[in-house]
Amino acid sequence: MIVELTGVTRRHGRTWALRGVDLAVGAGELVAVTGPSGSGKSTLLHLMGTLDRPSSGEVRVAGHPVGALPDRRLSALRARAIGFVFQQFHLTAGVPALDQVAGGMIYRGWSRRARRERAAAALDRVGLGHRLRHRPHELSGGEMQRVAIARAVAGEPALLLADEPTGSLDSAAGEEVLAVLRDLHRAGTAVVVVTHDPDVAARCPRRVRMRDGLVVEDGGLR
Amino acid sequence: MTGPLTPARLRPRDLAEVGAAGLRARPARVVLSALGVALGIATMVAVLGVSASGQERLRSELDRLGTDLLRVQPGRTLQGGEARLPVESVAMVRRIGPVRAVSATGELPATVRRTDRVPRAETGGLTVRAASLNLLGTLDGRVRSGTWLNAATERYPAAVLGSVAARRLGGPRPGTPVWIGDRWFTVVGVLDPLPLAPEIERAALVGFPAARAHLGFDGHPTTLYQRSAEASVDAVRAVLPRTVNPERPEEVEVSRPSDALAARAAAEGALTGLLLGLGAVALLVGGVGIANTMVISVLERRREIGLRRALGATRGQIRAQFLAESLILSALGGVAGVAAGALFTAGYALWRDWPPVVPGWALVAAPAAALGAGALAGLYPAVRAARLAPTAALNTPAG
Repeated sequence: MIVELTGVTRRHGRTWALRGVDLAVGAGELVAVTGPSGSGKSTLLHLMGTLDRPSSGEVRVAGHPVGALPDRRLSALRARAIGFVFQQFHLTAGVPALDQVAGGMIYRGWSRRARRERAAAALDRVGLGHRLRHRPHELSGGEMQRVAIARAVAGEPALLLADEPTGSLDSAAGEEVLAVLRDLHRAGTAVVVVTHDPDVAARCPRRVRMRDGLVVEDGGLR
Repeated sequence: MTGPLTPARLRPRDLAEVGAAGLRARPARVVLSALGVALGIATMVAVLGVSASGQERLRSELDRLGTDLLRVQPGRTLQGGEARLPVESVAMVRRIGPVRAVSATGELPATVRRTDRVPRAETGGLTVRAASLNLLGTLDGRVRSGTWLNAATERYPAAVLGSVAARRLGGPRPGTPVWIGDRWFTVVGVLDPLPLAPEIERAALVGFPAARAHLGFDGHPTTLYQRSAEASVDAVRAVLPRTVNPERPEEVEVSRPSDALAARAAAEGALTGLLLGLGAVALLVGGVGIANTMVISVLERRREIGLRRALGATRGQIRAQFLAESLILSALGGVAGVAAGALFTAGYALWRDWPPVVPGWALVAAPAAALGAGALAGLYPAVRAARLAPTAALNTPAG
């Protein structure tokens, strides 16, 4: 198991974002997490990504108990094992694609040269080998999200967490992005996609549906 | 995933890259906030440079003028009256071994005026002095126009004007008459400035015989100028009072005019301290400007901070990034400030005809001060950036 949640709750003040979730994602799985707004999807993703800690229950990522690790070690865990993709891409304006991706590996401790080589390979992997020098404003939405995916996976994490990766894209661009995620899944990376889009969910082998902070359906093909 | 989870260290070069990344996106803001520090540093470097250049000029002037000139004047008698130097004191001093030259002047009660129409009270701070013929040589002075007194003109109503006296009398040319005492004297020459003898610069000089004949001079010198070998100045100084007036050595005052110049250099140093404080205040204001910029930068870049935390940056690395950014800003300001300060010093020194000097320690201390200001300014914003929770940072609305 790459991620394991046991009896996890997360409370913000008096509201419960998660009310007790048990979920395990195996290495190399492709999982869609769906559910209405406010159902706790994003909170679940943040907890899996160690960006947040549970109010109770246990989260284990790659075997490490998240609750017991200090912030420094969680940071190291994120740098090595986890990649993130966000709806708004989070690319830096005016910076070429290659530098965006290479800059994402700065916390891995690799040399500049190694980072640039891996960045070029990662961009090639998402089909942007011909766009290394392009800046965000010269790229389409789908291409920008693929640069963000390249940045997330260039360090070869075991787990990729995507929060509404197609939410800002038209259906054709969304299709491009989904294809890339499916490729990564086939190559052995565990991918968890939080999405509103039933079409995206339909193309994932395992679908987890949430409502009111609880998992109400887990269509896992175990 | 096994093995200890230790965050990778940021290499210095990577830290610099991360720190500069935020600056590259906002060049105008970089220039403006670095400008504050640059102004402070430039002020400090310029103050230090100008003062050092001025002192260097005084030092070289002292070297040129020499410190071997001694001035002998009458002091006070034990009863509190005004003492006099014996008439034969010049001859006595000349017998001291290391003495190379000695000359006498005698201050006269007469006044010098442009014409007899000018009221007697309007002396313009000028004096009339009888001067021995070798005075110019002893003071190492030069005649700007006309001639110095000679064996003939020292007997006649002829006068040589010091540089200041000539200016205050309206710059008479050699050949023009001036009113001294109660008769006309002809100006025969005007002297160049004499930094070691400002009293001569402000005097009309006449020959000893002429002073006796026309101005009622009693022959008692009031000031002796004496030069000796540089190494024996102190020895000569010790024996001078006894030589000049063996009966009443306590009534003789000996001074070293070059000491006054050196004291002036020290006095200018005191002013430098004040101006330096002003520069420090400017630097402080520059530091506050950087702190301001950094606080805004952290607010604007919450999403970037969230992204970096997601990519694996530790709190310490976020803190280091913003500290580095602040240090780069202040270093830019520091370098620009040192350059501007040095340039100003060079320009000012050239304009004043001084040797341009910037003290070496200032070139090290000024950038260090800039970096110190940058570190202080960046500390609070950096700590705030590091404290941001990753999820809160990521959920910041775009803006």
